[in-house]
Amino acid sequence: MTTTTPSSVGSGLDRVEGLDKVTGRARYAFEYSPRDLAYAVPVQAVVARGEIHAVDVDAVLKCPGVIAAIWYGNAPRLASDDGGELAVLQSPRVAYRGQYIGVVVAETLHDAREAAGLVRVEYAAERHDVELRADHPGLYRPEVVNPDFPADVEQGDPDAALAAAPIVVDAVYSTPAEHNNPMEPHATVAAWDGDGLTLHDSNQGASAVRDTVAALFGMPPANVRVISPHVGGGFGSKGLPHPHVVLAALAAKQVGRPVKLAVTRQQMFAVTGYRTPTIQRVRLGADAGGRLTAIVHEAFEQSSTVKEFAEQTTVPTRMMYAAPARRTTHRLVRLDVPTPSWMRAPGETPGMFALESAMDELAIACGLDPVELRIRNEPETDPESGLPFSSRNLVACLREGARRFGWAGRDPAPGVRRRGRLLVGTGVAASTYPVYRRPSQAGARAEPDGRFTVRIAAADIGTGARTVLTQIAADALRAPVDRVRVEIGDSALPTASLAGGSMGTASWGTAVVRACEALLEELDRRGGDLPVGGVEAGADTTEEIRGQRRFARHAFGAQFAEVGVDVDTGETRVLRLLGVFAAGRIVNPKTARSQLVGGMTMGVSMALLEESVMDREFGDYLNHDLAQYHVAACADVRDIEALWVEEDDPHLNPMGSKGIGEIGIVGTAAAIANAVHHATGVRIRDLPIRLDKLVR
Amino acid sequence: MRPFAYRRATDARAAVAALSEQPNAMYLGGGTNLVDLMRLGVVAPEALVDVTRVASDTVEETAGGGLLIGAGVRNSDLAAHPAVRRRYPMLAQAVLSGASGQIRNMATVGGNLLQRTRCSYFQDVSKPCNKRQPGSGCPAVEGDHRNLAIIGHSAACVATHPSDMAVALAALGTSVHVDGRRGVRQVTMPGLHRLPGDEPDRDTVLDPGDLITAVELPALPFAARSRYRKVRDRASFAFAVVSVAAALDVAGGVVRDCRIAFGGLAHVPWRARLAEEALRGSPATAAEFARAADAELARARPLPGNGFKVPLTRNVLVRTLTELAETP
Amino acid sequence: MNGEADTTRWGASTPVTVDLRLSVNRDEYPITVDTRETLLDTLRERLDLTGAKKGCDHGQCGACTVLVDGRRVKSCLTLTVTLDDREITTVEGLADGDTPHPLQTAFVDHDAFQCGYCTPGQLCSAVGMLAEAAAGWPSVVTPDMNGAPRLDDDEIRERMSGNLCRCGAYVNIVAAIGEVAR
Repeated sequence: MTTTTPSSVGSGLDRVEGLDKVTGRARYAFEYSPRDLAYAVPVQAVVARGEIHAVDVDAVLKCPGVIAAIWYGNAPRLASDDGGELAVLQSPRVAYRGQYIGVVVAETLHDAREAAGLVRVEYAAERHDVELRADHPGLYRPEVVNPDFPADVEQGDPDAALAAAPIVVDAVYSTPAEHNNPMEPHATVAAWDGDGLTLHDSNQGASAVRDTVAALFGMPPANVRVISPHVGGGFGSKGLPHPHVVLAALAAKQVGRPVKLAVTRQQMFAVTGYRTPTIQRVRLGADAGGRLTAIVHEAFEQSSTVKEFAEQTTVPTRMMYAAPARRTTHRLVRLDVPTPSWMRAPGETPGMFALESAMDELAIACGLDPVELRIRNEPETDPESGLPFSSRNLVACLREGARRFGWAGRDPAPGVRRRGRLLVGTGVAASTYPVYRRPSQAGARAEPDGRFTVRIAAADIGTGARTVLTQIAADALRAPVDRVRVEIGDSALPTASLAGGSMGTASWGTAVVRACEALLEELDRRGGDLPVGGVEAGADTTEEIRGQRRFARHAFGAQFAEVGVDVDTGETRVLRLLGVFAAGRIVNPKTARSQLVGGMTMGVSMALLEESVMDREFGDYLNHDLAQYHVAACADVRDIEALWVEEDDPHLNPMGSKGIGEIGIVGTAAAIANAVHHATGVRIRDLPIRLDKLVR
Repeated sequence: MRPFAYRRATDARAAVAALSEQPNAMYLGGGTNLVDLMRLGVVAPEALVDVTRVASDTVEETAGGGLLIGAGVRNSDLAAHPAVRRRYPMLAQAVLSGASGQIRNMATVGGNLLQRTRCSYFQDVSKPCNKRQPGSGCPAVEGDHRNLAIIGHSAACVATHPSDMAVALAALGTSVHVDGRRGVRQVTMPGLHRLPGDEPDRDTVLDPGDLITAVELPALPFAARSRYRKVRDRASFAFAVVSVAAALDVAGGVVRDCRIAFGGLAHVPWRARLAEEALRGSPATAAEFARAADAELARARPLPGNGFKVPLTRNVLVRTLTELAETP
Repeated sequence: MNGEADTTRWGASTPVTVDLRLSVNRDEYPITVDTRETLLDTLRERLDLTGAKKGCDHGQCGACTVLVDGRRVKSCLTLTVTLDDREITTVEGLADGDTPHPLQTAFVDHDAFQCGYCTPGQLCSAVGMLAEAAAGWPSVVTPDMNGAPRLDDDEIRERMSGNLCRCGAYVNIVAAIGEVAR
């Protein structure tokens, strides 16, 4: 063929499943209803720590429609039991309030729900401890923080450097527990067929769910199939299977029928992960010109007693700014609380709130513009490893953002600008997120009708993965997009890494490109002779990724916020938010903008609204619904725009792209808090910035 | 949700009669609160009497120059009614600042008045609550109470009433028409709702089986200069942290008359009679508005976690009255 | 039709069912429902109309929004037994045959969704909202309570705030609706 096809990568292709989503045809996990199904409704612990003595199963079985009531005392044993979060019904111990301790299976949803509410459980309750404090005696240094960073890193002599610094900022910041709250609650439909198990499940990676569930039930992975074509958001909370997946499979096994189980919105606050609360002390030492001489960032966090999840809160501080002396540490305490997990940009999001707030305080202390302060502390190479950056365009983002936002000539004086009854101010903060890539496999097939099918067990949780992989495959195949169909969301497809860590496009895209290249080679070898069944080729990127050169690979960005704070009520509204990012080559500007704006929108929500309130007396998150846990509504989001600078980085992947799913939320809260200080003169160091902290 | 029987009433008398046959029955209006509470297990009626088809979805002029609003009028229709918008703007604004468009399309006037508190403990049947289960205790006093009462509360209950509409109706001195086993009667707002005292399980003065059939707005020409200001954490679709309904009658720079009520502060929509008294005959100035606010809020007894509501309420009242005084 | 949906039993300890005829997207469905059943569960679990989504089941997210007699309501708080003589429209019924509703087209054009789970509710809500505005209903941000509202972005944002979107597509949702509204 000699025809040339215009590049699809770089064009704003509409989402390929767009029509399915706007017409209601796109099906999500709970919307699959196998024949002869039953409904499973979990029972939750109402003590935060203790032991279950008895469950009155017989009484429950008398309720209308009830098929089974399962708890530790009558549950099948799992093949592997590490005593952790997924060892569902394997022990009489209660590790946190809201933990799944039983399940009722019934003919209808109403019957199951009603009966689950009537289950009588006898506990021996024990005193619980659910309060994170920076002086908690149980604090310890974890071996590693998520996923495998050292807990503590020290360079130079930060204490001496701080003592010698003419300008020092020393402040404590805190962020509350926050819940991911994707719009689609987690759900699993489990159906056994002999030794085979099929799960329609809402997750961020069908391959990983398959492997985890297979191990728990002592089966080869091939016996488990996980189907997830559409996923209603995840933001990290669907990255790893949570107890409901195991409970659904276990219940279906016990009753010998397919079972549907949906986690309720309220239950999601206990069993599907959340962002740990953090307490962070940041100390910055600088010379009179604002050049950092020392950075100390210490984080205190919580995990549950059943699983250690240590968020990497201070890790971004290891590479953000140049400084000869630096210490970054993490301390964790295991409490009788639900298990925290990933939530959009874990580590970077809370950590950069503290660091970028402290940088604003330092700018004021030095009498420097906060954009200029950051530019002055730009490192040549990665301060921690000494490695070169594959590309680093933070300064370009700051300059372009400042230009577009109208930053020049900003009066730094706080609390002096009025617009009617609003105090108005502006703030800036930097964003960053690492560039990861994980091994994946993909298959590409030339169909006899001239079309192509590309297969990979990737997940589209709203990121646009299906769409960008279509574009990437089309270019690799030198075919127009309408001749390429990408199949994802099924563990029967070639194994793929998670939709997480902003690494989907890089990981899956690499595998797709290699599979398409292999297919073209195969077609070439055949000289255009296509057999009736078509031709297929595959790729596995394990070796390629293992062999990649060592670089410090990160995306960067700068966010500029303008806020208005009502002088009478303290109500803060974000009037304008601009993000400028440097994230390699943008594969699809339409979906990329949506991703970045979406992250920034969640950042607005984090800055102003979100807080999961721990009820000390009872030990659970008290405000466990969407009326009490506020996420941003349409009226909270006015003028948000995301742009990017051109960035040509040859050290990434065949697409030249960096991940963009998470960086949008990093730095937003700091930019807003800094703007609130500029507006009011009040420095809010504990999120969220609600009116009670500003009204006077 | 416990199984329940369902009946549809065609008129108020039939509804009252149906309810009296069945001790564990409840009226079903728009269902926006009741169905929610049934699913949470907070209430578990054995029967529902659907009163949405009772012929009470009209807004009529009264002989005295007021408006008679059927209890079945949906919140959206009430707020959109031209006479309500023109003559009682604070009522239209209060209704429109509540919930969301979908919920306002469902919720009825009668049901809105009878909303239950949104206190976290009340809504969670795994925890004690004196309002839900008398004598079990009130964890909110020691627990989280940022959004709860600062005035008129008791040791037994610190809940707040969640309705926006009721705040405007309380300010207006609305008459609530009730049909019940004792026949028909009228209760004047804010007297419909009661302070918690030792019986926090009783939200209102209504007897079991009573049905609200209508609310009657009195003629109040100066209410054309009124407004509802709601303060909330989220910019929309959130319950009030604090709200103010106010109507102001100013002549020659002096307050001739006024009506003021607060939301988000108490177990009831709080009619600010002390503030009203302080204002009548006073100059319409910010200083006088602040003095009036202080007169009312001197009775506030905030909890450790909600003291901010005192200055917040003061500021919002001063601001609202100032804007009203400046309105031509 | 009043009274037709009444149960014969009065008081209940075991499930109570009622025979109804539901009209959804102009199709008639004879069905026996448990009185506890919400419209959302009837649509999703009984009629295989899974377009309306369950995001919270308590009226707090808007994903379940459908139109009943042309008005937007939350199907998770609507008992099916109350709807025997109503016309229900779900996202599956918005298109005119194979021609998508203008809002559906605008949502795709503006990338007004990501995960798509809130989208059916956003669309039904937007259809209802445009009708409300056309009827002259004010919102709490309408500057003149007595005048006709002008559907600018502030008005759209306020009127659409009953539909949460966690992916953060609000900016594009407002643009898509604005294009159809103007």
